[in-house]
Amino acid sequence: MSEITPSQTVGPFFAYGLTPNNRCDWKPSDIYDWKDTVGTNLVTPDASGTRIRIEGRITDGDGAPINDAMIEIWQADAQGRYASPADTRARPNAQFKGFGRSATDKDGVFGFDTIKPGPVPGPNGAQQAPHIVVCIYSRGMLRQVYTRLYFSDEAANAADPILALVPQDRRGTLIAHKQAGGGQTLYRFDIRMQGENETVFFDI
Amino acid sequence: MTLVYPRESLSVFPKHLTPAYRSTVKRSPTKPLILVPHTLSELTGPVYGHDAVQEGDSDLTKQHKGEPLGERIIVHGHVLDEDKRPVPDTLVEIWQANACGRYVHNVDQHPAPLDPNFTGAGRTVTDKNGYYRFITVKPGAYPWGNHPNAWRPNHIHFSVFGHSFLARLVTQMYFPGDPLFPFDPIFNSVTDEKARQRLVSTFDLENTIPEWALCFRFDIVLRGREATPQDKH
Repeated sequence: MSEITPSQTVGPFFAYGLTPNNRCDWKPSDIYDWKDTVGTNLVTPDASGTRIRIEGRITDGDGAPINDAMIEIWQADAQGRYASPADTRARPNAQFKGFGRSATDKDGVFGFDTIKPGPVPGPNGAQQAPHIVVCIYSRGMLRQVYTRLYFSDEAANAADPILALVPQDRRGTLIAHKQAGGGQTLYRFDIRMQGENETVFFDI
Repeated sequence: MTLVYPRESLSVFPKHLTPAYRSTVKRSPTKPLILVPHTLSELTGPVYGHDAVQEGDSDLTKQHKGEPLGERIIVHGHVLDEDKRPVPDTLVEIWQANACGRYVHNVDQHPAPLDPNFTGAGRTVTDKNGYYRFITVKPGAYPWGNHPNAWRPNHIHFSVFGHSFLARLVTQMYFPGDPLFPFDPIFNSVTDEKARQRLVSTFDLENTIPEWALCFRFDIVLRGREATPQDKH
């Protein structure tokens, strides 16, 4: 039997501690100046690659917006390298952390400004298509759930070893769709906890 | 050192669907989770070192003009991996209700007073021995409407990073001997008795500061253990 510390829900009131400066109704400037450790903008001056914005909405089993969720994203840089000691490759863009955190607003909407990640090494020498690891926390979730975001305009999705493990009729829930028009490249990624088109979540 | 993250270790975690905690019913996955290998994307994780915190972030009693009301306490412990090795230089964030059981968050409508001298958010980074320490006040219990006369036991929320995104943990620390334990579906969502007790801090008389503060110890064990030769493929 493992002796790890069990998970408990993040609860409804994390915002003033974990996401004080984004999308929470409470205004920290009114009471307390608590800076974000982790915010919604991952872009750093030294990060090369395509700037993108990701937006989505998270809904529950009734299709109602989850307005008290926290979404965390973890991604490689445009060259497919992670800012982590477990990735030992040289990485000149030392400022780029590849980690972001967004609370949801009253409509269940979250958003990130970031760089499109490059393909990253996968199991057994295979290459993984560009993707972002997404982790979701909220009231009513006793433990986080993990999913992945892939990009609709990536031919490499067809050969991705993780997508290949997902039943074909559910793979679409992991695809962020590139939106036409606008000044910036926007990908739309909705998360459905239950129901028709329930997002694929991973056992990791 | 190569760490592995056996899935069996997660057996002590609550089930996603725990109907006694009503909000899980519409927010838990209904389809089976897809088993995937741990790739570089999971085996890596964000690193927030000492530059992420400022002097004073770990003392929740000194963030305003005056001192907060309530029992002053020290909460400290070690962040460890499954081999009980320290997890050094990792970010630990906490948030909590004030001594009256009221959160500063504007959605909290519990009719207990806010304390102008207490926000309830703190953060620190573990030292080279995986050690962390906060100074705060003991949070109060509060009602939460899950079922008739539902009250949460006193608790402090913890968010910890660890060596990879697989080790990421959000949990709650409780206080020893709380009479509300038998009635709280969140605490009891951990069905293994020993695992549930790991959520309960221990009273640490030795590290109380006489005439000033009580002390509670809360060690946190994250996923991840050293790979044995047969783990390496």
